Amino acid sequence: MRLLALALHRLAWFAPTLLGLLVVTFVISRIIPADPVALVAGETATPVQVEALRRELGYDRPLPVQFVDYVVRLVRGDMGTSLFTRRPIVEDLRHRLPATIELTVVAMVVSVLAGIPLGVLSALWRNSLLDHALRVVTVSGLAIASFWLGIMLQLLFAMRLGWTPLNGRLQGFPPRSLTGFYLVDACLTWDWATFGTALLHLALPAATLAFPALATLVRFTRAGVLDVMQSNFVLYERAMGLPRPLIVWKYILRSALTSTVTQIGLLFGILLAGAVVTEAVFDWPGIGTYAVNSILRSDYNAVMGFTVWAGAIFIVVNLLVDVAHTLVDPRERTT
Amino acid sequence: MAELLAVRGLRVDFATDRGPAQVLDGMNLDIETGEVVGLVGESGCGKTTLARAILGILPEGAARIRAGEVRFKGTDLLREDPGAVNDRVRGRAITFIPQDPFTSFSPVFPVETQIMDLMKWKSPRARNGGGPASILARYPRARHRADREAVLEILRAVQIPEPARALRRLPHEFSGGQRQRLMIAMALLPRPDLIIADEPTTALDVTIQAQILRLLRALVKERGVSVLFTTHDLGTAHEICDRVVVMYAGQEMEAAPTDAFFGRPAHPYTRRLLMSVPSPGGEIRDIPGEVPSLVAPPSGCRFHPRCDYATAECRDVRPALRALAGAHGVRCHHPVDAPAGADP
Repeated sequence: MRLLALALHRLAWFAPTLLGLLVVTFVISRIIPADPVALVAGETATPVQVEALRRELGYDRPLPVQFVDYVVRLVRGDMGTSLFTRRPIVEDLRHRLPATIELTVVAMVVSVLAGIPLGVLSALWRNSLLDHALRVVTVSGLAIASFWLGIMLQLLFAMRLGWTPLNGRLQGFPPRSLTGFYLVDACLTWDWATFGTALLHLALPAATLAFPALATLVRFTRAGVLDVMQSNFVLYERAMGLPRPLIVWKYILRSALTSTVTQIGLLFGILLAGAVVTEAVFDWPGIGTYAVNSILRSDYNAVMGFTVWAGAIFIVVNLLVDVAHTLVDPRERTT
Repeated sequence: MAELLAVRGLRVDFATDRGPAQVLDGMNLDIETGEVVGLVGESGCGKTTLARAILGILPEGAARIRAGEVRFKGTDLLREDPGAVNDRVRGRAITFIPQDPFTSFSPVFPVETQIMDLMKWKSPRARNGGGPASILARYPRARHRADREAVLEILRAVQIPEPARALRRLPHEFSGGQRQRLMIAMALLPRPDLIIADEPTTALDVTIQAQILRLLRALVKERGVSVLFTTHDLGTAHEICDRVVVMYAGQEMEAAPTDAFFGRPAHPYTRRLLMSVPSPGGEIRDIPGEVPSLVAPPSGCRFHPRCDYATAECRDVRPALRALAGAHGVRCHHPVDAPAGADP
């Protein structure tokens, strides 16, 4: 029941955290020197027309009033209307969210499934060729800008080799929409051709997004394993002649993972941020491209909407990580 | 009695920043079947290194065995196939009780998981061999049941209350004394010939120490298991050992049955060591001089720079083993023939 208490405790922080996030984004979006009303009104509009439109949109009121108004409407599930698409932002985001989540989750899964074993091997064979090679990979993973990596991958795999599509999420018709995730929908409708194409489209953006996350995970797992290898219980298990694979993949890995799990939560935030750039490079129709376009147009409501969503997702993921942490480390449950 | 373990001329170097440290230098040790042998010496004299060398778990890379043999039941473990030793000797014929029962369990698995993992590979019912590929092998159900019964029985023997419930708990839910009881249980479960206990009570409260020592001695005597018991505490050695070996700076100095060791120590170092034990009304006398550097150790007998009896001979030649009455051996050119305490 401690688990439930922990979950509730974290949930109680959800609203204040989100509110803080809203204040920051609201203020920043309003103080930047750009006037969305003038943009919407168009170049030919007279100053009188612009002011009329400003009044109509409510942007003439004092900032605190605007903010309170925004929050009140948000609580009712209304994020306002995009200045450009003229559609409710909730609609726009809901439409685009699955694309982003699909991309992020695939990148996450790839980096976890590859990063953790590579980190373990790197620690076991410390200073081996593999370890040195991985060090090069991880350092570049953290140093290389993802837009550059994305473009390089496009040049190599899409342009030169022609193995993958250049950009976009799918050519042709998407599978029948059940969940909005193409891979899942294609599976559910038994549409393997579409599944394959969707996967090919995903390959480059997912790789671009996964690379820095993978690098972080390899480093963390390696450090964790090296640390745990020095523990007395590992010495004990070796002294008792337990099989080495059992010691490594069960006892050492499990202890090393307690810190890695926390890292995964933080990584999700990095991935979400990285998705914005990656989506822009690959023209991926997710909330990242939406956010970029909205920022370029000073579309206040849309930027706020994106921030709320991204913030909420990040907070929820961290909640899940906290719960997972107590599952991985049983000491948390009883002490 | 029959020879169980014989360490002969063991030399182990450790790599340090200042060059190789000669941590063990021609170390010899004998353990007979059913005998509890205490290995005493100051911290840093090489006790733990010797224990780890016998177990074959010296730190890879840092330690190097330069010479000698570790003969266990007639075979030299240092020259055996390492896989076979891991499979058949370590955790089966030779088991281990660690120094620190607080950190020698993995903190994240219940005790049952850890004991049953040991039993899966090291139970006396488990077949020898199998190799590392058997990591994914199933634990046969009948054997699991029988092994679990054996575990519960041994937990009762080491006086763990409510063994079945105790198994489900996590290591940190046990007190230090209980954890060391669990460690003793695990050392006994594979029905070994020899238990290496590396300062098993150092981390415990003094009141608990005595209980654990008596329990350990009773259990091994009942089962006829030999024990190599390393300690820097002479009182502990006196309490549970049949025979005591004293080592100094990587060399053995003297080996004698416990009574002779404490009653009529022949080596000047042993006598100094015994005098350094505080006694009621007596004064504490430390040993003059410093523990020698192992990178550039003294020649001959390594104790000679601190010894009152040292001569040129001591500096040049390490003394050969000299046999005294009653299985008492000393490696000294000038052994003292007087009861303990009769020193200047």
